Parts: sequence; structure tokens; C-alpha cells
Amino acid sequence: MNKQATIWEVFIQSKNGLAHKHAGNVHAEDKEMALQNARDLYTRRNEGSCIWVVKSEHIVSSVPEDAESFFDPANDKVYRHPTFYKMPDGAKHI
Amino acid sequence: MNEEVFQKKIDSEQKIEPKDWMPDGYRKHLIRQISQHAHSEVIGMQPEGKWITRAPSLRAKMILLAKVQDEAGHGLYLYSACETLGITREELNEQLHQGKAKYSSIFNYPTLTWADMGAIGWLVDGAAIINQVSLQKTSYGPYSRGMIRICKEESFHQRQGYEIMTQMTQGTAEQKEMAQDALNRFWWPSIMMFGPHDADSPRTGNAMKWKIKRKTNDELRQNFIDKTVGQADLIGLKIPDPDLKWNEERGSYDFGEVDWDEFWNVVNGNGPCNKQRLNHHRKAHKDGEWVRDAIKAYAEKHK
Amino acid sequence: MQDLEKYILRIADSTLIISHRLSEWCSKGPTLEEDIALANISLDLLGRANALLEYSAKINGNKTANDLAFRRDDREFYNFQLCEQENGHFGDTIIRQFLYDCFSLLFFQELSKSKDETLSAISIKSLKEIKYHLRHTHNWVIRLGDGTETSNQKIQESLNKIWKFTGEFFETDDVDKKIIENKIGVDNKKLKKDWDSLVDKVLTEAKLKKPEDKDMITGSKEGIHTGLLENILSEMQCLPRAYPDAKW
Repeated sequence: MNKQATIWEVFIQSKNGLAHKHAGNVHAEDKEMALQNARDLYTRRNEGSCIWVVKSEHIVSSVPEDAESFFDPANDKVYRHPTFYKMPDGAKHI
Repeated sequence: MNEEVFQKKIDSEQKIEPKDWMPDGYRKHLIRQISQHAHSEVIGMQPEGKWITRAPSLRAKMILLAKVQDEAGHGLYLYSACETLGITREELNEQLHQGKAKYSSIFNYPTLTWADMGAIGWLVDGAAIINQVSLQKTSYGPYSRGMIRICKEESFHQRQGYEIMTQMTQGTAEQKEMAQDALNRFWWPSIMMFGPHDADSPRTGNAMKWKIKRKTNDELRQNFIDKTVGQADLIGLKIPDPDLKWNEERGSYDFGEVDWDEFWNVVNGNGPCNKQRLNHHRKAHKDGEWVRDAIKAYAEKHK
Repeated sequence: MQDLEKYILRIADSTLIISHRLSEWCSKGPTLEEDIALANISLDLLGRANALLEYSAKINGNKTANDLAFRRDDREFYNFQLCEQENGHFGDTIIRQFLYDCFSLLFFQELSKSKDETLSAISIKSLKEIKYHLRHTHNWVIRLGDGTETSNQKIQESLNKIWKFTGEFFETDDVDKKIIENKIGVDNKKLKKDWDSLVDKVLTEAKLKKPEDKDMITGSKEGIHTGLLENILSEMQCLPRAYPDAKW
């Protein structure tokens, strides 16, 4: 039998309203045990209001070689930021 | 070319992430250091674990169990970081069982009295924290994030140890004697936890250049001693080092030389409890095999 | 000893002793994840034992919770004998805990309705913990029962071995009767039916056979034990016994 355990990535939401944040991983063979293991490991100090577990193999990541073509083209689109626009002196609430 | 880009990133304090290019030596150094750290947390459960069932009050029992449990947790955070470097926890375990991977030698000393729970928390965790705080800034992202989480949780560990020592020094004559005895036995091994002198530590150069380590062994050791002397004085315990003396000029304590023969002896597997610690871990792993097989089989059937 | 004091002590002792057993697992779990899970359950139980012992000590007036935990002999302990049984292999521990969790769920559900406010409050807090413990042990029973042939055999044996200790869950004596009449305590006899169906459901799912109720062990209400408790106490109480004047 393959001795290698299945790895799950754990995401914890610390309270309602906040985004889930990656915390680390746990080993488990099915989703219920993955959830329980994540609960026992990552919320021992009241850190959680919700937990997500995802099989690591199901996570798709961009790679560093993608970075230039993925992210650099957004560099010169300064018009997407509010500071790009000139407002007349004294303009309020805008 | 790659190497240059990599070093530039390191020099400008950018973190390295799992999918980034990294020199083989960097990866190897990290795997060795992180796994050694993880194994230390896990093996470190044993000397204290023995006293969970012997803790002298309900409060002490709760605290100690929670603390040792944290160590399992910290081991897991670190294995989790190590796995991002392309090695499995199973392989790391295998290396430990074969004696190829090391763990901190301090855990090869026996725990003889309840005061040892105080000494371990105060000195051993105290020394570990000094190291871990500096490692929060390590250059490898997952390691750094693990360290930040560990430091947050670990801060109670040293306090619980110092609290036990304080209680013992304020107790009966026997208790006070136990406290001093524990300090006598754990002081030098704690000093040794920082590793050999920088000059005798061949890997320190790269580790500093790559910012895996942020402070040298000797810097960390000095920092620990400077912090701890006052704490011992406050509760009336005497540090077993006749050469310990405040040096006004350096603004630090001078201290005696470590018995490096003992250090290397224990590192090389001849400490009082090396065999016992490894056998305990091997046995637990082997005893759990049928359980791990069962959950795999169950998962297979219920896909 | 007052009846209520004794009644609480019995609940407390079972909680303390089974927590102690679980804490022996520390650093020996089948996975590091499970090591942490068992410690979590043990800590919940220890917290509950502490609350119950404090309450019992308060009624007594002359003792502390620590006196009760560390300065009584085995003949003065009233825990179910199931709780003191050895950890054995992981399946033995899981079965012991699962059967106890099923009982605890039903027991504390009833105790939460107690006229005694302290007991009711402790029960309400405990129920949240127990629901999680049962979820955990239930999952394990199913996985080990329906895992490999080996795991099924092992855990079936665990079940057969410990079954005779489950009769004590449902006993009542004169102390209980008075506490029940005052609407403070639980009539354990009435829990048996629900417990059977709770256990049956999981055992069926886990492909395990429920043993018969025969040759059931009794005696803990009178401080009778299997000898294993003596070992537990000699370790647990070693420091307060060796250094009676020390403060810890």
C-alpha cells in the first residue's frame, strides 16, 4: 500500500466578514478527517469561525515564469487608480 | 544568471516562495534546518510527556498537556513548511528513524524531577524562542510564516517554566533544592543549544548569505545569557558558571567555555537518552501503521 | 459525605480518570494529527473534571479540588471501571472513548435540565465538547471497522473486551435515587435504551457486531476497581504524596 498520506491545504477564517487565510497543511485520507485535523491543529486558540480544507493536488498555481506576462501588463494601467485623476482645488466628497 | 537574480532578491529582503528558483544548496540547507527543527519539536514531547501523568496539581496538568500538545502542533507547522520544498513527511520521518536527520541534543537528557519541567520551559524554550524570533525574518516564505505562528504561541511556554521555577524556589527546602539541581543540569545543555562557535560552524557562511539564519550562533547565545542571568537572580537561583561576570565595556556577560566534547558526544548519538527517544518514536510510528492503513482503505472504498 | 457531594464526585472521577488515560497517549499517536486530537479531548475532560471537583469541594467545605484529585485512595474513587481500562492499542482507546462519549452525550443532556444551576451550567458547556468528541470517535469507529480486515478484527476485539464494563453506566443506588427525586440528578437507567440505539447505529455502519450484555462488571459506586486504578493513582499522586508539605 502507498504509505504517502494525502495532503490538504487549510484556510482559516478568523471571524465572519474576513477572508479565509492560508494557515498550512494537514495529512488526512478523507475530507471529514481533514476538517477535524485542521480544527484540532489550527484553531486551538480560538482562531477560527470557519475552516476550508482543499486537497493540495487540487490547487492550481501560477509559476514564477508566468509573472512577467501575467502581472507586468497591469503596471502601466495607472488610470485604474483614483490618484490618476486631477480634481479641481476645493472639490469635496469625491 | 539565476543565482544572481536569486541573491539580489535575498539582498533586497524579498522572500523566496516554493515555486521560485533556488540554488540546490539553499534547498538542501533549508530541508536540513527545518526538518531538524520539526523533529526537535516532536522528540521534545517525550521528556515533558513523561510528567503529564505526574503533574502535581490539576492546573499544572492542564498547562503541561497543552504545552506538549503545542509542540506537536509546531512540529506539524514545520513539517508543513518543509513539504513545500519537495520532500514528504514520510521521507523526513524515515531520515529521523535511520539516524540521518538530527534533532536538538537537549532532548537527549533525562527529566528527573518536576523542577525539570520548570527548567525546560524557562531555559530550553527560552533559548528556542531567542532563535525562533530571529528566524521570523528568514528568507524562505513558508518557514518565516511558520515561525511567526510558532512565536505567537510559544510565548506562554517560557512563562509557564519560569512560574514553576519561582514556585519551587518559594516552596519547601526540598523544592528549592530541586529547582537549583534542575538549573545545574540544564544550564550548559541549554547554552549548547545554540550550536558550535561561529568559527567552528562551517555552514554558517552560506546560511547568513542566504539569510536563512539572521543571527549567528554566538550572537544568539550571548543574547540568551544576557536575558537569563537577571531572571535567575530574581528568584534566588545560582547559575552554575564560575566565570559568569558582567562586562561593563561590552555591556554583556562574559561566560565560561562550553564542554564541546560533551556537545559532540551527545550530537553523535551517545547522550543519556538518544536511543530511548528514537525507539519511542519508532515504536509509536510502527504501532500506528495498521491505523494509517485502515484510513487509507476506508477512503479508497468510500471515494 | 453528603449525597450531592458524592453524586458529583462520581461524575468528576470518571471524567478525571478517562482524561488521564487519554493524556498517556501524548507523543504516541498513530499520526501527529491524532496526537493533537487526543490531547484536545483530554484537555476538555480535564477542564470538566476540574469544574466538578471544585463544586464537590465547595459542598464539602474543607477540601480543595486538588485534595480530591491527589489525596484520595482508590477505594474512595467512584469512576466507572471502563474509564480506568488500559489504553491498549489505538482501537481499544477509540472504542472505550466512543462508548463513554455516547453515554456522556445522553447523560449531560439530561443533567443540563438539573435544578442545580452549577451542574446545569457545567453540563451545557460540556455538551458542546461532547458533541465534537463523539463526532471524532464515531468517525474513527467507522474507519477502523470498515477499513482493513485487520482493523475490523482488532476493533471488534476491543469492543468484545470492554463491553462488560458498560453496565455501570446505567446503575442507580440510594444516593442517586435521592438526587433524582430532588430533580437534581439523572436517572441513568432510563438512558440505556437511547444509548443502545445510538451505539447500534454506529456499529452497524462500522460493520461491527454488538456484544451481548452478560457477565457485566459492577462495583464502582462503592469504590471497587479493577486494580488498574491503583496504578493510575500511584503515578498521578506521586508528588503530592511524596512531598505533603510542598505547594505546587
